[in-house]
Amino acid sequence: MIETKALCKQYDDVVALNRTDLKISSGEVTVILGGSGSGKTTLLRLLAGLETPTSGSIIFAGQDLGKVSRKRLYELRLKVGMLFQYSALLNSLTVYENVAFPLVEHSGLDEEIIRTIVTMKLEQVGLRGFEDMMPSQLSGGMSKRVAFARALAMDPQVVFFDEPTSGLDPISAGVISSLIHETTMKTRMTSVVVTHDVQAGLDIANHVVLLWQGKVIAEGKPDMIRNSDDPRVQQFIEGRPNGPIPFSRSTTAYVDDLTHKPGCVRLEE
Amino acid sequence: MIAFVGHLGRVTIQAVAKLGDATLFALATLRLLFAKPWQGKHFVMQLYAVGVGSLIIIVITGAFTGMVLALQGYHMLVKVGTEALLGPWVALSLIRELGPVLAALMFVGRAGSSITAEIGIMRVTEQMDALEMMAVNPQARVMLTRIIACAISLPLLVAIFDVVGLFAGYLIGVEMLGVNAGVYIGETIDKVNMIDVQAGVTKSIYFGLLIGIICTYMGQRATATTEGVAKATTQAVMLCSVMVLILDYIITSFYL
Repeated sequence: MIETKALCKQYDDVVALNRTDLKISSGEVTVILGGSGSGKTTLLRLLAGLETPTSGSIIFAGQDLGKVSRKRLYELRLKVGMLFQYSALLNSLTVYENVAFPLVEHSGLDEEIIRTIVTMKLEQVGLRGFEDMMPSQLSGGMSKRVAFARALAMDPQVVFFDEPTSGLDPISAGVISSLIHETTMKTRMTSVVVTHDVQAGLDIANHVVLLWQGKVIAEGKPDMIRNSDDPRVQQFIEGRPNGPIPFSRSTTAYVDDLTHKPGCVRLEE
Repeated sequence: MIAFVGHLGRVTIQAVAKLGDATLFALATLRLLFAKPWQGKHFVMQLYAVGVGSLIIIVITGAFTGMVLALQGYHMLVKVGTEALLGPWVALSLIRELGPVLAALMFVGRAGSSITAEIGIMRVTEQMDALEMMAVNPQARVMLTRIIACAISLPLLVAIFDVVGLFAGYLIGVEMLGVNAGVYIGETIDKVNMIDVQAGVTKSIYFGLLIGIICTYMGQRATATTEGVAKATTQAVMLCSVMVLILDYIITSFYL
């Protein structure tokens, strides 16, 4: 359903994505794994149409996202939900109003029906009865669940998840993970999850993509990734600091820096 | 020397680029005024937040400006024996200059700064992206409604500022300093013309539009960090204040 071809994205002189080819099939959970700076958040933002690619194309429901008009993009987005890393609930609205927001904007349904749908979505995430609270009164895990309910409000065909478990306690993280898995299985929606949480990612995935330096270095079923021979994949899964993916990003010799030898490049200059 | 010239050139190019960027931003946003869906309800909510929210501070500054004008004016006019002209002195100063300018400056501090900060924080917390993903254009919903709310509420606030100031000036001039009430009011009506009111209203509309555009633009272009938003808010207030005074001079020169 979603496909990228030779996708590149560059910010000034930083290459975030380097000719990435990817296929995301419908009705399953695709997990994009990668460390910080691997380009995974950029990839998600491109897939969601929040940014335009430097070159290459993203085919979404048969259309090139980089080339469609804003009007068409907004039409496509009615079938898309997104769960943001920091929930991104609208601060000035209550929990109820936040979940109802996309319905009020686009569905044209009666208030009574909207109320029923919102109640159902909140029940799904276990937060019925919290309708009148403000986002500032919620804990991180609860905000995420409200945001999840909002992402599902329009019964989307595709949902994007940006770091759904980061910054949460283990129980909240587990709740979110199982919600993603269960909802995908029940509604046959397409879920795209970007995360650096290897265990949670491998547990909920039907398909895993491992990204490093803006390139796909491995993809396949979770077991294939777990049993991969690629030392880079193994290093990432086991979380070892040293290996083919270097821990140190320093560009000069340590001894030179300590002794202030001339000729070494000082980073702050 | 070369380094200095180079620096000067870079700063100039950056400033011009910013100005162009802001102009394009303003045009793109204002164009959405004619695009569907119409933001009626959200616009009224902004009008309330921006306009009614600034009411108290406008009334207080208006009252004290009128009072100090009467007090100061009386002591100056009485030296040349023309305290009969106290009414027009207060009214013209208020309506032509101090009303629009002081109200605009208070408005920048009260409403403008909060617009920049709010938009900046909405960007930091991904709320702008969330709106975008829910197929609601943030430029129409957030930016346009605030710019138009500023452009409409500032002239109204200036009108309130003027009325309160005139009344406070009358109280000080007539009740406290003993200028004849008939002379005070008669001279005021005689000396204040429609063109003076027009000058004040014109100024306030331009000021409102300018403040709305600068404050939304600074919020939208703020670096998406806590520091970035703080810096953008300070810059927006500074830039608005300076631009209001510059624009005031330009518009005044057309209404002499």
